[in-house]
Amino acid sequence: MDTLDTLIRYVFLAAAACFVLGLHLMNAPATARRGNLLSAGAMAVAVVAAVVSIVAHGGVDPTAWAVMVLGTAVGAVAGAHAARTVRMTAMPQLVSLFNAVGGGAAALLAISHVVQADGEALGARVTVPGGLDIAIGAVAFTGSLVAAAKLQGVISGAPLVFRGSRALAVGTLLATLAGIVWLVAAPGQLPALALVVAAPLVFGLVAVLPIGGADMPVVISLLNAFTGLAVALAGFVIDEPVLVIAGALVGASGTILTKLMADAMNRSIVAIMLGGFGTGRGVPSTAGGPAARVRTVTPEDVSIQLAYAQKVIIVPGYGLAAARAQHEIATLASLLEERGVEVSYAIHPVAGRMPGHMNVLLAEADVPYSQLKDLEEINPEFPQADVALVVGANDVTNPAARRPGTPVSGMPILDVDRARSAVVIKRSMGHGYAGIDNELYTSPRTGMLFADAKQGLTELIAAVRALVR
Amino acid sequence: MSTDLVVVVTIFVLSLLVGFEVISKVPPTLHTPLMSGANAIHGIVFIGALLVAAEADTVLEHVLAFAAVAFGAANVVGGYVVTDRMLHMFRARPPRQPAAGQE
Repeated sequence: MDTLDTLIRYVFLAAAACFVLGLHLMNAPATARRGNLLSAGAMAVAVVAAVVSIVAHGGVDPTAWAVMVLGTAVGAVAGAHAARTVRMTAMPQLVSLFNAVGGGAAALLAISHVVQADGEALGARVTVPGGLDIAIGAVAFTGSLVAAAKLQGVISGAPLVFRGSRALAVGTLLATLAGIVWLVAAPGQLPALALVVAAPLVFGLVAVLPIGGADMPVVISLLNAFTGLAVALAGFVIDEPVLVIAGALVGASGTILTKLMADAMNRSIVAIMLGGFGTGRGVPSTAGGPAARVRTVTPEDVSIQLAYAQKVIIVPGYGLAAARAQHEIATLASLLEERGVEVSYAIHPVAGRMPGHMNVLLAEADVPYSQLKDLEEINPEFPQADVALVVGANDVTNPAARRPGTPVSGMPILDVDRARSAVVIKRSMGHGYAGIDNELYTSPRTGMLFADAKQGLTELIAAVRALVR
Repeated sequence: MSTDLVVVVTIFVLSLLVGFEVISKVPPTLHTPLMSGANAIHGIVFIGALLVAAEADTVLEHVLAFAAVAFGAANVVGGYVVTDRMLHMFRARPPRQPAAGQE
C-alpha cells in the first residue's frame, strides 16, 4: 500500500466516523438536519477520494470512464429530481424506490466482480459474501419495488396470494441457497451465478406480494436493513472496509426501526413476513352488534363544539395524509387557537404510513413542533379534553384493543374514548386494516362527520369562520 | 492487497453494535427521516460501484457497471436530498409574527 492508498483509507475512515456522528445528531429534531448534512458532506468527500484513487491507479479505459460519468449523471439527476418533486405523502414509496436501487447496486457490484474475474478461481473469501450479497440485494430490489408499487396503488394494497405462491416462495428460497453453494463450489460457472441472481429476484416478489398495504412500512424498513447488509457484504467482496462499516450501520438501524414499528402495531416481524393480516380470516366483528347506533353530526354542530371548547386534541391518521389535508387541519387549529382554544395533536407511533411520517406531514403544514405529542405524553390528557377530533384514523383509536381476543388486542391506542366528547371525520364506516368495527364510533359520546378529510375540514373551517363573525 | 479477513469481520461486528447503540436512542418522531437518512448512507455502494466500473473491460462488464453506478448514484443523491427535505420541515421556526405596531 503506498502513501496515497493509506491516505485514502484514512479519508474513508473519517467519512465512516461522520456517518456515525451524523446518525447520532439525528437523535434530536434540533440537530437532525445538521446530522444529515454532515453525513452527506462526508459521503461527497469519500466519493472524491474514490475517484482520486481510481485516477492514481490508472489503466482505466475510456469506455469505463464514460460509463462512470454517464451512470453517475443519469442516476444523480433522476434521484435528485424525484427527491425534489415528490409529494410528502408519497415519500415512503420514494424511500422504498431508493432502497430498491441501492439493493440492486449492491447485487450488481458483486455480479460485476464475479463476471470480471471469469476463469480466475475466486476463493470462498469472495464467493461466500458475494453470493449472499447478490441474493440479499436482489431480494431487496424486487421486494422494495413491490412495496413501493403497493403504497403507490399501482398494485393492490390487499394481500395477493395465488395458488402455489407459498410453494414458489419456499422453492425460490431453497434455489437461492443452492445457487450460493454452487457458486462457492464452482465460481466460474455462469449458470450458478444466473441462479443466484434469478431465484432471489423471484423470491422478493412472492415474499412481498402476500403482505397487506398496512404492513408495508415494516417491510420497507426490513428491506432497508437487508440492503445495508448487502452493502456490507459488498464491502467484503471488493475489500473496502468503508462499505462494511456503512452497510453494517444501516443493517443495525433498519433492524431496530423494523422492530420498533412492528411493536407499535403489536405485530411480530415473523407474522408480517408470513402475510395475512387484514385478510379477516374468521374474525367476527365484535363491536356493539347490530343494535349499535351511530350518531351523525354536521359541520355546524362540530364547529360550535370546537369553538367553545377549552381543550381540543386532534388525532390525525392515514386518511388525513391520503386526502392531503394537512394544511386544512393546520388552518383549523390556528383558527381555534385565535379563539383561545388549547390545541394539541396526538401522534400515534404508526400514524401516516411510517413512524414519524405524520410529524413530517404536519411540519410541512407549519404546525409548531411543540404541539405534536406522542402517545405516552397525550394519553393522560384525553380525560381533560373537551373534544377529540379524529381525522382519518381508525384502528389506533379502537378501545377494543384493551380487551383480549380481538385482532387489535394489545396494540397501543390513543385514549380518544376517554375524552369528554369525540368527533370522527371519516368517509364511511369502513374498516381499518385490522378489518374490525371500531367501538369508538358507536360510543354515545362520539359524533360521526362523514366526509373526505379535506372536504370535511374545509367545511369545518368555513363553519368556524362563520361563528366568529 | 487484501485486508486480513478477521480484521474485516471485526469491523463488521463492531459497526453493527455501534449502529444498534446510535439508533436505539432516536425518538419516534424522527424515525421516517432517520430511515431515509440510513437509506442514503447505504448509498456508499456508489463508491463500490465506481471502483468496480473502473476495472470493467468487456461490453457485458460495462453494462453491468453502468447499471450499478446509476443505481448507486440515484440511491445516494436522492436519499440525501429527500432526507434533507424532510428535516428542513423540522427547522426551528421564527417566533410568531411580531405585533402589528412594530411594523
